[in-house]
Amino acid sequence: MIRFEPRENVSTRRAVGAPVFAALIALSLAAIPIWAAGADIATAYILMVNGAMGSVFAISELLARATPLILTGLAAAVAFRAKLWNIGGEGQLYAGALAAVAVGSGGFALPPYALIPAVLVAGALAGALVMLVPTLLKVKLGADEVVTTLLLNFVILLFVQMMLEGPMQDPMGMGWPQSEPVLEEAMLPQLIARMRVHAGLIVALVAAIFAAILMRRTVWGFEIRAVGANPSAARHAGIPVTATFVRVGLLSGAFAGLAGVGEVAGLKGYLTADLSPGFGYAGIVVAMLAGLSPLGVVIAAIFVAGVFVGADSMSRALGVSSYLADLVVAMSLLCVLISGLFVRFHVRIGGSRLTD
Amino acid sequence: MIEILDILVNPNFWAAAIRIATPLIFGVLGALICERSGVLNLGIEGIFTAGAMAGWMAVWLGADLWTGVAVAAAVGGAFGLLHAVLTVPFGLSQHVSGIGVTLFATSLSYFAYRTALPDVSSPPRITPFQPLKIEGLSDLPFIGTALFQQTPLTFLALFLVLAVAFILNRTPLGFAIRAVGDNPAAVEAQGLSVFGLRVGAVIVGSALMAIGGAFLTMSAFDAFFFGMVNGRGWICIALVVFASWRPGKALLGALLFGAFDAFQVRLQTEVGAFVPGQIFLMLPYLLSIFALVVAARKADYPRALLKPYFKGQR
Repeated sequence: MIRFEPRENVSTRRAVGAPVFAALIALSLAAIPIWAAGADIATAYILMVNGAMGSVFAISELLARATPLILTGLAAAVAFRAKLWNIGGEGQLYAGALAAVAVGSGGFALPPYALIPAVLVAGALAGALVMLVPTLLKVKLGADEVVTTLLLNFVILLFVQMMLEGPMQDPMGMGWPQSEPVLEEAMLPQLIARMRVHAGLIVALVAAIFAAILMRRTVWGFEIRAVGANPSAARHAGIPVTATFVRVGLLSGAFAGLAGVGEVAGLKGYLTADLSPGFGYAGIVVAMLAGLSPLGVVIAAIFVAGVFVGADSMSRALGVSSYLADLVVAMSLLCVLISGLFVRFHVRIGGSRLTD
Repeated sequence: MIEILDILVNPNFWAAAIRIATPLIFGVLGALICERSGVLNLGIEGIFTAGAMAGWMAVWLGADLWTGVAVAAAVGGAFGLLHAVLTVPFGLSQHVSGIGVTLFATSLSYFAYRTALPDVSSPPRITPFQPLKIEGLSDLPFIGTALFQQTPLTFLALFLVLAVAFILNRTPLGFAIRAVGDNPAAVEAQGLSVFGLRVGAVIVGSALMAIGGAFLTMSAFDAFFFGMVNGRGWICIALVVFASWRPGKALLGALLFGAFDAFQVRLQTEVGAFVPGQIFLMLPYLLSIFALVVAARKADYPRALLKPYFKGQR
């Protein structure tokens, strides 16, 4: 029989080591599907590492891919800390992207210097408003936010498709369902000439630092953690639980919305309905790998981005399906969940201790 | 108004409603069994996908249709076992574990499909289940078309509603499952295994979800497409709350949903020229959110839902 005995004190080394270990296990488990696909395992790993960080171009791709993942990771991390299960990062990302295009493609007469701030604010606001709906349905009517945020993802994606085939379609787009391009002045600048990594990365890093300070050093952050630890105890202690849920919901949605801004105004330049290959869902994995720590999110996002970029480049060379990346990311989530047990508990099987 | 009446008196409309409801009946029953035992199973969306892929793949590789259904159920049960191990003996977050299972099952299904069929432009087809002809019943006016020209899996779904209702409400096993979702300590005091009951319930529930997925590729359609589950699993989770965890109401919820979905498709052909199609496609999701919100006020959740249980702990 398996038994778990809580540890008296959790060492930092163990808390940090566990997700790293989990990520490595998930990466090694990738050997099984690579083998099943009939590719040479060693070659595949070498190609993945090279594809993810073998050149300046690869590192630029890695950081460009990490940018939205940091933001959707933060969206999940702050919300999950309050046990507000926002699984709607994908929809909030699209809402942010839609707002960014609406403001950034010249729909409003704004002076050039105001365009980038306006695009960022519009995207964050759109994401926040989308998350406000399930948050209010939760706190006012008791509707489970997991299901409402998940279902809203589909609604928003359909809404985006409707806008792209209707009022926001590019008249010069030859009938393709894509938006008008974002104006040159509204585009986030590139960080390295002729490379795709863009100033959205700076936005994401600032957001991570902001979230870290908020969660650790402010009353609001304390309230978020208290509500997550025990909502009824928090209420007894006089913490405004409803207001805390609304605040953290808005913040979470805003982060995901900013991820959408970066993708259209930093990378693509226009909006299509296939903008995100599941960044919203991958953000959940990022947050869990980071142990919900905002600064950890940055590192976890770079790891997940590396899996995506590396697997993409490997799959082009070896013909292994690029769904391998999604598979590794999903396995990382399961591995980090299990590794968390070893951080918090002594695990005993039968009478003997499995861990020290 | 006349057009709406025309839709409602057409037996084909009701046949479509029941067809659309079928995978949801499997899914809602599966989710209901898991939740009644105290485990929320958000793996449902991925288990639907895995069932759809595995069942179809088995048939495509030469198995007969019922073997395909069995393969789907076994694959679903395996993912259920994974979720059960993580959430029951390990006591990990049911939310995060469920999302993890969905991501894992979905990506594994897609990877397996792409690996088996690296470069097909159009998805290969199988010969799916055909409508069951029932002598005397299928030829009845109206009722015959609406009810008795469905494929065997639909009849299996309807039968399972009765079976699950009977087992949950009338047998000692059902009583134990309900008790373990309300008060696990009391169940353990009776000398029953909380772990055993919960793990078993999650495996069986997940197998049903996977058959719901298999219905999509082996009955509703004849091929596997990426993204074909399209939120049906999440809709089931909402419908369970709407059904207050009762199989009979779950059937009613799934049928109402099916009727609504069939109705919006027909309405779309009537007024599609004036309203963008996406509005109609949004309606099922919005309806599910609405149903959840309406039911949430008076929802009587199984009291131990989401709460892990460890031996000797109260």
